[in-house]
Amino acid sequence: MNPTPASAIAAPREPTIFDLSRSGRRAEAQMPQAMAADVPPALRRRRRPLLPEVSELQAVRHYTRLSQLNFSIDTHFYPLGSCTMKYNPRGCNQYAMLPEFLGRHPLAPVVQGQGYLQCMYELQEMLKEVTGMQGVSLTPMAGAQGEFAGVAMIRAYHHARGDLDRTEIIVPEAAHGTNPATATMCGMKVIEIPCNADGDCDIESLRKVVGPRTAGIMLTNPSTLGVFERHIAELRALVHDAGGLLYYDGANLNAILGKVRPGDMGFDVIHMNLHKTFSTPHGGGGPGAGAVGVGARLLPFLPIPVVGCDAKGYRYLDERDLPQSIGRLSGFMGNSGVLLRAYIYMRMVGREGMQRIGEYATLNANYLLARFRHEGFEPAYPTRRATHEFILTMKHSARDLGVTAMDFAKRLLDFGYHAPTTYFPLLVPECLLIEPTETEAKEALDGFVAAMVAIRKESVEDAALLKGAPHTLPVRRLDDVRAAKHLDLTWKPAA
Amino acid sequence: MSNNVPADLRYTKSHEWVRRNSDGTATVGITDHAQHALGDIVFAETPEAGRTLAAGDACAVVESVKAASDVYSPLAGTVVAGNAALADAPEKINTDPYGDGWLWQLTPADAAAVDALLDAAGYQRVLAESAE
Repeated sequence: MNPTPASAIAAPREPTIFDLSRSGRRAEAQMPQAMAADVPPALRRRRRPLLPEVSELQAVRHYTRLSQLNFSIDTHFYPLGSCTMKYNPRGCNQYAMLPEFLGRHPLAPVVQGQGYLQCMYELQEMLKEVTGMQGVSLTPMAGAQGEFAGVAMIRAYHHARGDLDRTEIIVPEAAHGTNPATATMCGMKVIEIPCNADGDCDIESLRKVVGPRTAGIMLTNPSTLGVFERHIAELRALVHDAGGLLYYDGANLNAILGKVRPGDMGFDVIHMNLHKTFSTPHGGGGPGAGAVGVGARLLPFLPIPVVGCDAKGYRYLDERDLPQSIGRLSGFMGNSGVLLRAYIYMRMVGREGMQRIGEYATLNANYLLARFRHEGFEPAYPTRRATHEFILTMKHSARDLGVTAMDFAKRLLDFGYHAPTTYFPLLVPECLLIEPTETEAKEALDGFVAAMVAIRKESVEDAALLKGAPHTLPVRRLDDVRAAKHLDLTWKPAA
Repeated sequence: MSNNVPADLRYTKSHEWVRRNSDGTATVGITDHAQHALGDIVFAETPEAGRTLAAGDACAVVESVKAASDVYSPLAGTVVAGNAALADAPEKINTDPYGDGWLWQLTPADAAAVDALLDAAGYQRVLAESAE
C-alpha cells in the first residue's frame, strides 16, 4: 500500500450544515402542524430559532456523507492505547435492542421489569466473579464517575470509623490522569510517587509517604506504561498496615481478564470501564459505564441503586437497604443500554471466552511489540513484555530528523489506520501507546507494522511528507493552538 | 533541541527557574527546555497574591496542546503577584520563558533557600542525563 503523497487530491471537504443554509429554505413535511396548546403564551418564543435552513434531501445527504467520513472500529484498525477499541459484536446490539428492553419505562413498576432487573442482577454477580469482589454497583455512568464512587467510598469508610485525619491519596505517576483528578474531587490531597526505570512503582518512595494520613492508594494495573506492576504484595502490605485502602483502576482490565482477580490481590475497590473491557460502543465521548466493585469493608457504602434479589423476586436496593451508601450517582440504573450490552457480551463469551480475552489481548500486543522490535523501533521499556498495550518512543526520530510521534500519527491516517494514543503517558518522550485488542487478526497487525515501517522510510527520505500529513483526508493538519485559543462555537445566519 | 540555560538563574529538577530580585523577592518560571517539551502553550494559571506556598507545592498550571502540567514552587514563601499578562497571552511562556513568560513572584520565607537550588551547570547535567 502506498497512500498518495502531497500531490494527491484530498477527499472532498464536506461543508458544514451552516454553509449549506439558504434563507427561507424549509423542510416542513415532518413539522408538527399545531403549536403545543399547553405551552402558556408567555413562554412561547416569538422569533424562529436560528437554525440552518436546508431541504430535507440536503439534510439527508449532508449527514449521510458525514457518516461516510467516520473513522471507526467498524471501518479501520483503531490501536488507541488505554482505550480498548475492540470490536462490538452485533449480537449484543441485537439483543439489547429487543423491544421489551427499549420500550420499558424506567419508572415502570419493578414487577413489570423483572427480566431487565434479572439481567442487571446477573451482571453484578458476573462482575463480582470476574474481579473477586464482594459487591458491585452498576450505577456510575462513566469511568470517571466510577473512580469518584470508589474514592468517595474510601472516604466514607474512614469517616464512619471516626478517622477524619486520612486525607491523602497516593497516586503513582504511571496512573491514569483521572486518578489524581478523582482524589481532588473527593477533597483528598494527592501524593504522587515515582516509578523506577523498569516502570514499576518505587516501593521505597511509597514507604516514605504512607502513614496515619493515608486514606488509600490508587493503582492503575497494568499501568499506563504498558507494564504489569510487579510489587503488588509489598505495596498492599505497606498500605494496609498503615490503615489505608487499595483502589484498583480497572480501565486496563482487558489485560488480566479471566486470569487474575484484583479481589484476590487484596484490593478493596475497583472500577471497571464496561465500555472498554466488555465491548460496548464508545469513542465519541460515551455513553460509558463505570461499575464499581468492593471488598467486604466497603460493602455498606456502595452507590445506589443496586439490584437485590429475595423470595419475591428482583428489586432496587435503596437508602433503606444501604443507609451508609455514598448516595445515588444516576437517576435510574446508570446507562442501562450500555449495561445490557455488557451483560449480553459476557453471556456470549462465557467463562472460557473470558479467559481467552486476556490471553489474546496480551498475545496480540506482545506479537506487535516483537514485530516492531524486530523492525528496529524502540520500546520505551525494553526489558519488559507488553501487557495488552505497549509504548514505542520516537525520541530518536524527533532528535535526529525532527520527525515527531505526532507526525507518525498523522501520516498513519493516510495509510488507513487510526493513530495510537500520542504523548500519553507524559513520562515517556515522543511516545505512541499502542493497544491492538484481542479482536484483530494477525493480518491486520502485520499491515499496521508494514505501514509504520513505510512511514519511517519516508521520514528519512522525505520528512516534509510527514510534516504535512494527513494528505488524503478531508481535513488536513489542524492548527491545535488556534483551536484551543480561538474557539468559535456559535453560528448566525449571514445578514 | 537547543536549550537556553542562563547562568544567572537557579533551577529545579522539575524544570522551574528562579531569579533573585534586588528587592528581596524572587521570580519563578519554567525553563526553555520545559516550554519546548510542552509545545505550544494555550493556557496558564498562576497563584494569587498573598497565597502562602510550601516548597514543592503545585501552585500553577500550564496547559499546552499536548498536556496540562503542574508547576511546583521551588521555594517556600508568600506570593507577591502572578503574571496577569499570561491570561491573554500564554504563548509568552514559549517565546520568552525567562522574561515576559514568568509565572509568579514571591517573597521567600528563607532567602538562603535559593542558594540550595541547582545552578546552571547543575541543571545542564539534569538535562544531559534525561536526554539519554
